[in-house]
Amino acid sequence: MAMADMREPIESGCPDGFQYMHPVMRKNFGQWKYHDDPQPGVLRHVAFSGDQVFTIKAGTQRILDIFTLRTLCDIGDKYADGYIRFTIRSNIEFIVTDEAKVQPLIEALTNAGFVVGGTKNSVTSLSHTQGWLHCDIPGTDASGVVKSMMDELIGEFTAWNMPNRVHITTSCCQINCGGQGDIAINVQHTKPPKINHDLVSNVCERPSVVARCPVAAIRPAMVNGKPSLEVDEKKCICCGACFPPCPPMQINDAEHTKLAVWIGGNHSNARGKPTFQKLVASGIPNNPPRWPEATAIVKRILKEYKAGAKDWERINEWVERIGWPRFFEVTGLPFTKYHVDNWRGARASLNASTHIRF
Amino acid sequence: MADKHHPTPMLDELENGPWPSFISGIKRLRDDHPDERIRKVTNSLLGQLEHSYETRKGYWKGGTVSVFGYGGGIIPRFSEVGDAFPESREFHTLRVQPTPGNYYTTDMLRKLGDSWEKWGSGLQTFHGQTGNIMFIGTTTENTQHFFDEINEYGWDLGGAGPCVRTAMSCVGAARCEMSCANEHGIHRHLVNNFTDDVHRPALPYKFKFKVSGCPNDCQNSIERSDFAVIGTWRDDMKVDQEEVKGYVAKKGRQYIIDNVITRCPTQALSLNDDDTLAVDNRNCVRCMHCLNVMPKALHPGDDRGVTILIGGKRTLKIGDLMGTVVVPFKKLETEEDYESLVEMAEEIIDFWAENGLEHERCGEMIERIGLVNFLEGIGVEVDPNMVNNPRQSSYVRMDGWDEEAEKWFQRQAEKASA
Repeated sequence: MAMADMREPIESGCPDGFQYMHPVMRKNFGQWKYHDDPQPGVLRHVAFSGDQVFTIKAGTQRILDIFTLRTLCDIGDKYADGYIRFTIRSNIEFIVTDEAKVQPLIEALTNAGFVVGGTKNSVTSLSHTQGWLHCDIPGTDASGVVKSMMDELIGEFTAWNMPNRVHITTSCCQINCGGQGDIAINVQHTKPPKINHDLVSNVCERPSVVARCPVAAIRPAMVNGKPSLEVDEKKCICCGACFPPCPPMQINDAEHTKLAVWIGGNHSNARGKPTFQKLVASGIPNNPPRWPEATAIVKRILKEYKAGAKDWERINEWVERIGWPRFFEVTGLPFTKYHVDNWRGARASLNASTHIRF
Repeated sequence: MADKHHPTPMLDELENGPWPSFISGIKRLRDDHPDERIRKVTNSLLGQLEHSYETRKGYWKGGTVSVFGYGGGIIPRFSEVGDAFPESREFHTLRVQPTPGNYYTTDMLRKLGDSWEKWGSGLQTFHGQTGNIMFIGTTTENTQHFFDEINEYGWDLGGAGPCVRTAMSCVGAARCEMSCANEHGIHRHLVNNFTDDVHRPALPYKFKFKVSGCPNDCQNSIERSDFAVIGTWRDDMKVDQEEVKGYVAKKGRQYIIDNVITRCPTQALSLNDDDTLAVDNRNCVRCMHCLNVMPKALHPGDDRGVTILIGGKRTLKIGDLMGTVVVPFKKLETEEDYESLVEMAEEIIDFWAENGLEHERCGEMIERIGLVNFLEGIGVEVDPNMVNNPRQSSYVRMDGWDEEAEKWFQRQAEKASA
């Protein structure tokens, strides 16, 4: 197509959401008084005006085919008011004003195979990344891991059994697009990249690959008469940061790419300041199609959290109260030299006191 | 429909169990979709995915694809095993910006789905981790057709690459009693000022705006954005003492003491003998806990505004960073207030574009040059709210002390007379 025939884009940016908002939400924007929780998966918000809306939240498969999307829309038209939103963890929310619509809507969603829940002190949907379905650098799949785990955790999605909400995330590489979570299941590579030296000079901008390495382990080199890169394998931390800008530095490995579990990431300012997640388990096999070993560890942690935490304590607060030695004791997970941080600011994570629980 | 299917024994395992199965959904497209193109593309996709499951490797590589006039917004995917799975050889994703708070009508969802069915694979995600609608899987040629179609009815591409990215906001004032801000207005004022920087990647690396209506920060903005805007208030929180008594009557005094009073991080709460609540508002840090436990009784005050934190990001390259307070409190009421917010974002992005290294996030630059150099670069004065504690190291040259102290006293005097 000639340039002159091309359509100029309309740079409209982020669209106005008010046009898609339930009229009662528009009317009461900024004027909500309180909410309560009639049952798992249902919220009731009451405005100062006396208006109220019910939100029915459901988990989906996230990768939605057009048939499933239309089913959700059909349910939204027939049983709800035609207004929908999605949470940042890809739960779908239907907004209705008439309380009489709540139970038929739940029934319709359930009959169509969706799972109503994910509110309050539940384990909500895992937030996840693209994985083998679409990412260019994944060490594992995302949708499959999440499907497998949610099959096992579904009873915690539909109930209010946890001390506080639990956000679980997964990531398919160590860049960790899945983000912080109360529990995070992330890829952990254990071997340096294998370099295809024939391709490096054609595919990779070598200086930017060298610059990308967090520990300066990569340097330019001539290999077999061709310009390439080499890795100081003693320095290499196997993070995979060189792989995206230089695919011939293959980091993914069927055997040596493992999974690690991190806990205690908490985005909220409630009670304490936000926290980052900490390593608790690694060396977990990347075992498709069901990843049973990773799920077993997540369930073990959840079981102890449920048994040991006080109401409102997130996982990080529970562990801070009982102490890390107790965490490893009750979960039976090994504490290794790899748990001791050696990165920037690591000294702040060492115990410089006599505060020790016996 | 006698299409030949790639065998998928491992993926078939993901059709078992009670949680909705994405594999069953893709198979429905393969088996039941009236358009042969979609049947073939999804069959090919399932074949490649099964191959990934068997070999534990991914087989997509990136490239360069965009629509006319833009440089980003599309995640190009070319298959490395395209000869075995040719119909999904090109399988690009379009990132499309949703509204703040992710609101849709069913009509609009259908319309978007119909357009994607026409030009793409029929697979979509609401939403990706950056916050975009992900329309997953189409050819280079069809990215343009799909974009042209949805752009005509109000949708635009988001960011991909080293650029300002699609912003994200919590559900916000539209449905939440905790919200202290107009997330909608903040979100759109900010990101829509930078459409050029969204569509034409030319920055050191990605730059993300996220907006949360209150310090519960449901949008994870402190941990996940370069520019976090969080609603808060600075007058007294509102207490409905009758409702407090109601909670005590319903839950019991011990429950309220154990779950509200003693959980306050600054010991700013006390339960009076008559079951009303005493609040030390000067020491309340707006953590939101007591409001979360007693939403009927406690509400944010009326003097509302936002706190702005700069420099949050995930691991690569120097490790996780949270945003740092750069503006402890800012009113956002008038058009001028919003303009000054946008101007500040421009200052920050300009300074970072000038001084950031390639592939260096804003927070990493601040780590490298120090917060004070960053503040001086963007014209913001230091404030004790920016630190957990003052300096511990005595190794610092302080021959400008008298001038700096004088500046502080001047600012205090200006504040007092304002």
